[in-house]
Amino acid sequence: MWHWLLTTGLLQTILAYLATAGFGVLLNIPRRAVNLSGWVGAAGWLTYEALYQVLPTTIDVKLAIGNLVAAIVIGVASGLAAHYKHMPMIIFNIPSLVPLVPGGQSYRVVRNLVTGHPEIANQYLAQVVIIAGVIAIGFLVAEFINRMTWHLAQSLKQL
Amino acid sequence: MTEPKLLMQTTLLAGAILLENGAEIARVEDTMHRIAANAGYPEAQVFVLLTGITVSLPETDASQVRAIHQRGMDLEKVDQVNTLSRQFANQEIDLNQFADALAHVNQAVPTFPFSWLVLAALVVSVTLMVAFTGHATPADLITCGLAGMAGFAAYYWVNRLAHIRFLSEFVGAFLIGFITLIGFYLTKNNYHPDAIIIGAVMPLVPGVAITNAVRDTMTGNLLSGPARAIEAILSACAIGLGIALTSIFY
Repeated sequence: MWHWLLTTGLLQTILAYLATAGFGVLLNIPRRAVNLSGWVGAAGWLTYEALYQVLPTTIDVKLAIGNLVAAIVIGVASGLAAHYKHMPMIIFNIPSLVPLVPGGQSYRVVRNLVTGHPEIANQYLAQVVIIAGVIAIGFLVAEFINRMTWHLAQSLKQL
Repeated sequence: MTEPKLLMQTTLLAGAILLENGAEIARVEDTMHRIAANAGYPEAQVFVLLTGITVSLPETDASQVRAIHQRGMDLEKVDQVNTLSRQFANQEIDLNQFADALAHVNQAVPTFPFSWLVLAALVVSVTLMVAFTGHATPADLITCGLAGMAGFAAYYWVNRLAHIRFLSEFVGAFLIGFITLIGFYLTKNNYHPDAIIIGAVMPLVPGVAITNAVRDTMTGNLLSGPARAIEAILSACAIGLGIALTSIFY
């Protein structure tokens, strides 16, 4: 595990940072947010990759749990970043999702349908549905955690 | 109490900018409701669909509608509307200044120059190809970079010149497939067309749109969520067809 973290894990983190920052530029996020959103994306992707390595189950379950936890990490980190930079959360969580979202799979569904491989298309369609649903649930959970933290901070202030 | 007509127009404009530039329905409704409440109309009703917004003020028997025809992604504008709405809530600006500033947001907002966008498309394509597939031979890296840049550039210009959304995605994807095909005939081995295409289409694919569709549906927007999903499916079809046209020649 440590060996994986220091070789592949480190490389994947750097790749995800660059990809998120690059996608941030494509979505025209404010310049002072590019660096931070890159790190949020890197944290999410590292979580996903590490879980994918550790979990001893089938691919679909790995995808579901990995994306769920990664979405929660991204949601909470975006909440913190948004609070710190006084910007809406959407600026950090939309670019950060880019390594996770099922864009590649959705393209593969259509391509396999067109080229006459409906059974492969079905597999990818199942992945699209699982990933998109799980990310949405992850964001709901992250929203809940963010609100709880905020309430906790408010009540600590009053003490 | 401020003038209801100006308030309704300002609320609608703020909502329209948010909706046209990638915000979720719940965020649009929340922002519009806050603006109306801060201007002294807490009873205001806001109804947001993906294709149009309605705001009505029950106290004055008045309502206004605004249709939304184009949707894209420009998070700088979302940030600006958010900042203005916050300033209005803190009473740093009044309603007239708010309306002026909003009209300005829709026209002039800082954007990255075209060369930066193409460079960003290159970075996104190459890094995601390596992250997803692990293939990184020199031929893969070079072709993926070229295809990613060309595909995004074609998408960008067709979108700007013709304003036909799905056509631009189709042309971009076709170009990516074509460049990958040329690379396939120029190189002997150590070449992975599938990996290259997956990386190069990443700047175009509607992954965020699919996720937003599910999120909108989950927050109870049972009309707008599925509508977004249909938009995303059409883009995926355009991209898949564009690539499939060239994959016959392998």
